[in-house]
Amino acid sequence: MTDSHSLPLAPGAVLEPTPFHGRTAALNLVNAWERWQGHTTVTTFLSPEDEYFATRTAASLYDVSPMLKYRIAGPGAEAMLDRMFTRDVTKLKPGRCLYGPWCDGKGRVIEEGTLFRESAESFRLNAAEPQLHWLDACAYGFEATLEEVTEEIAGLALQGPLSKQVLGDLGLAEAAALPFFGLGRFGFEGGEIEVSRTGFTGDLGYELWIAPDRAERLWDRLMAVADPRYLRPMGSRALDVLRIEAGHILVNVEYVGANHALRDSQTRTPDGLGLGWAVDLRKPGYFNGRRAIEAERAAGGPKRRLVGLDVEGRKPAHGAWLYAGRREVGQVTSACWSPVLKRNIALATVEAAYAEPGRVLNAEIYYVKEVTQGRVDARATVVEPRFYQPAHRRG
Amino acid sequence: MKRYDAIVIGAGHNGLTAAAYLARAGLDVVVLERREAIGGAAISEERHPGFLYSSCSYVCSLLRAEIMRDLDLSKHGLRIIPYENSTVIARNGESLGFFHDPAKTRQSIARHSRRDADAYAEFNRDLYRQCRMIRPLLLETPPDPTSFRLRDIKGLRKLQKAFAQLGEDGLAQAMQFWTMSCGDFLDRYFESELLKGSLAGNSIIGTALGPYSPGSAYVLLHHVMGDLDGHVGAWGFAVGGMGAVSDALAGAAREHGAEIRTGAEVEQLIVRGGRVEGVALAGGEEIHAARVVSNLDVKRTYNRLVAPSDLPGDFLEAVNNFKIRGSSGKLNIALDRLPEFPALASEPLLQRGGILISESMEYLERGYDDWKNGLWSREPFLDITIPTHYDPTMAPPGKHYMSVFVQYVPPTLADGPWTPEKRDAFGKTVLDTIELYSPGFRDIVLDCWVRTPADIENEVGLTEGNIFQGELTLDQLLFNRPVPGYAQYRGPLAGLYMCGSSTHPGGGVMGAPGANAAREILHDAKIRRAA
Repeated sequence: MTDSHSLPLAPGAVLEPTPFHGRTAALNLVNAWERWQGHTTVTTFLSPEDEYFATRTAASLYDVSPMLKYRIAGPGAEAMLDRMFTRDVTKLKPGRCLYGPWCDGKGRVIEEGTLFRESAESFRLNAAEPQLHWLDACAYGFEATLEEVTEEIAGLALQGPLSKQVLGDLGLAEAAALPFFGLGRFGFEGGEIEVSRTGFTGDLGYELWIAPDRAERLWDRLMAVADPRYLRPMGSRALDVLRIEAGHILVNVEYVGANHALRDSQTRTPDGLGLGWAVDLRKPGYFNGRRAIEAERAAGGPKRRLVGLDVEGRKPAHGAWLYAGRREVGQVTSACWSPVLKRNIALATVEAAYAEPGRVLNAEIYYVKEVTQGRVDARATVVEPRFYQPAHRRG
Repeated sequence: MKRYDAIVIGAGHNGLTAAAYLARAGLDVVVLERREAIGGAAISEERHPGFLYSSCSYVCSLLRAEIMRDLDLSKHGLRIIPYENSTVIARNGESLGFFHDPAKTRQSIARHSRRDADAYAEFNRDLYRQCRMIRPLLLETPPDPTSFRLRDIKGLRKLQKAFAQLGEDGLAQAMQFWTMSCGDFLDRYFESELLKGSLAGNSIIGTALGPYSPGSAYVLLHHVMGDLDGHVGAWGFAVGGMGAVSDALAGAAREHGAEIRTGAEVEQLIVRGGRVEGVALAGGEEIHAARVVSNLDVKRTYNRLVAPSDLPGDFLEAVNNFKIRGSSGKLNIALDRLPEFPALASEPLLQRGGILISESMEYLERGYDDWKNGLWSREPFLDITIPTHYDPTMAPPGKHYMSVFVQYVPPTLADGPWTPEKRDAFGKTVLDTIELYSPGFRDIVLDCWVRTPADIENEVGLTEGNIFQGELTLDQLLFNRPVPGYAQYRGPLAGLYMCGSSTHPGGGVMGAPGANAAREILHDAKIRRAA
C-alpha cells in the first residue's frame, strides 16, 4: 500500500457548502449528507418520517440553493423562451411562473423546470442539469443575454399546509397572499426577498430566494417559529417520497435528458412523460420540437408513456418489471409507500397500449427478506400519477 | 314508506366503516347515531376554546391500511402521523426510552440492565413472530370450527397454516402468549423493573386484569400488532384528533350515498317472526330496512334493543356472561405551554411520543388491587401523549393539548356510584401523580376534563366504559368472540348483524370488525362486487 491515499486534501476543495450550510450542519444530527451539483446537501436531519410528516401536516424547509438558475434578459428574451418552451411564454405575465418542458428539434425532452417572469424583459429559469450551452444555442438570433446566477441566489423551499401562516409570522403576509404560481419581491430585514408560490411537494408552498449573505438570517427567522408551527428542516429522503406522491418526475430517474442520453430509447417526448398538457400547439409559429410532436401525435402518440401505479400490498415496487399476462410491458422508475395515502405507489414507463387508467398489470417486486431476496407478484393498477393533490394546495 | 337496504345503529368508527363498505357496494344505507356528533369513542371535541380534545381514544396504529385504501380516507382528510419514540419515566429521575433506532433503545435499556438491553432484541423477535401470524387474520372472518362449509374449512386451513409457519419455537410461544400472564412472560426475559413496568403497560390498557393475571400477555400483543408505514408496533396521531378518523369514514360513507342521522336514538328493534325488519326511534319514528347492523357492544345490542322473549335463553346467558369490565379513565388537559419532565431533560425528543408512568410490575399490581377493592388506583398507571408536538390543529400556536389515559378506574366504586365530587377527587389523584414527575405542572393547566368509566358509558354508550367493547382474553377471541357459535357477525335473529369491537378481532380503532361485518352482510345479500 502506498501512502498516497492519506494525503490530506485542502478543506473545501471537494464540495461547496450551500449558503445555509452553517445552519443545516448544526441541525444535521445524523450527519447524513449527499452531493447535489457540487454542493453538500442534507439527506436527513434526524428522521425522514418526521420531516415528511411536517411537510404534509404543517411545514418544512428544504435547501434548494444548488438548483441551477439562469437569468435570460433583453427585448428578445420572451420570443427566445417562447421558441424554446413548449408552453406559450408570451402569455406569462410579469410576476408569474410556469412549469414546462423544453425539447430538442426532434421533440425529445431536454429537461423540464420552472420559468419565472420577473419583469417584462427579464426571466429566470430553474433547472436540475446545466443548460447554458443549450440556452446559448437557443439565444442565437434573439436579442437576449444569458447569465448563470446559481451562486448569486440562495433558495429555500417552504412547503406544507401551514407555510402561508409561517410567512405571515415573518411579516411577509403580502408574499403569503401570492396566487398559485405567483412571484414577487418583498421587503425583508432591511433588504429584499423574492418569493415564488412554487414547489416540488404537491402541497401548498413557496420558494424563498435571497442573497447568500442574508441566507442565514432568513433561516433564523423561520426557525424561530419552528416549534409553534411544527416547522422542520427537511432532507432529500423525505422530499423523494413527497415528490412521488405529487407525481413530479425527475430527470435521470424517469427519463434521460435528450442532450445527455447515450441511447435514444431512454429519451421521451412530452406526451411520453405525461406532459402533453404543457404542449401548446395553439401558439403561433414554431417552437423547438413542434413538428416532431405533431408528427408523433398524428402517428398515434408515443410508444411508451409515463403512468402512475397503485400497487397491491406494502412492498415498494422499486425497479419492478411490469407484465400484462406473460408479456413484459414496462418498468417502474420510482416507487414508495405513501404514508399519507397509506398506499403503495409508483411511477412507471409502460407501453402505450397498456397505459390507460384502470388497466391492471402485474408487478414483479423483489425485496429483502432478512438476508435473502423475496419476490412477490402484485397487482398494479394504472392511475393518474398525481397521487396526492390536496385541495389546500391552491387555496 | 321508504325501506332501506341496511340500517347501521351507532356512528362509531366501525359503524361508519361498515356503512361505507355497504354503500360502496350499492346498498341504500342509513346510519343512526344517538348523539348529536358522530364518532363514538373516536371523536374530537372542542371543550376549551381553541383546543381540540381526542376525548376518548387518543392514538392510532391498528387502523388497517387496507381500509384507508379501499375507502380512500386520505381524500377525506385523514392523515396519521407515527410518533417515533416513547418513554417511561420514574420518580427517581430515571427514564428509559424506546426509539425507532434499535441501537438507541439498547443504549437506553443498558443504563438499567446490560443483559436486558440484549434480551430486548430477542423479546422483539418473539413478539414480531406472533404479529406476523396474527396480522393476516385480522381482516378475516373467524372460521366456525364445527362447520363443514367450504369457506369455514378454508378459514380453518388458513388458521392452521398461520400457526404452522410459526415453527416449533413460535408455536410454543404462541401458546404462552395466549395463556400466560404478562408478568410471567416478561420475567422470562428481563430483570429491570422499569423496563418490565413499561412493557407491561401495553398488557393492561383497557383490560380489567393485573399484569400477573393469566391471559394478560395477549393484550400486550394486541397493542403491538399494528404497524404504521412499515414500523411494526408504531403508534401515531390522527391530525385533528381521533375524530378525524370518524370524519373521514363518514365522508367516505356519504360519498357512496350513505345517509347519516344524528340525534336519532334507536329504542328497540322491530322483530317479526324471528326476523329484524327495522328499528323504532326514541321519538316513536319507525325506520324499516332489509337488515340492521349494530355498532353497539354485544350487551347493549341484545339487552337493550331486543326483548328477551325474542332470543334463545342460552344465547342471552352467554351475552350476559361476556366480560366487559371497565378499567380506565381519561383526562384531557389544555396546557399553557409544554410541561417540563426533568427525567427527559437529556432526551427532549422523548417528550414527543408516549410518556408512561409505570414504575414497576409491583406498581401496576398494587394499582390493580385498588380496582378490585372498588377504588381508583391511588398510584395510577398513566399513558401521556401530547399530540400538539406534531399536530398544530389541536391547540393555538405555542399551547398544547395533553391526553392522559388512566388505569385502573372501576365503573362503580366500593362506596357507591360515581358522583361529581368523586370524579374531582379522581382527577386530583391523577394531577398529583403527574406533578410528581413534572414539578409545577398544575400551574400550566388551563382546562382539565376528567372522564370516569361511568362518564364514558353514559356519553359514548360503551358498557362499563370498557374501551374494547369486551375484554381481549383468549376465552373471548376468534370464534368465541363475542359468543361461541355467533362469531361471524351474525346473531340468532335473522337480519341482525354486529359490527362493533365486541366482534373479531376486537377494539383499538382497527376498523376491522366493521369491514369484516360488511363483507359478511354482502355475502348474505349475494353481492359479490365491493365497488
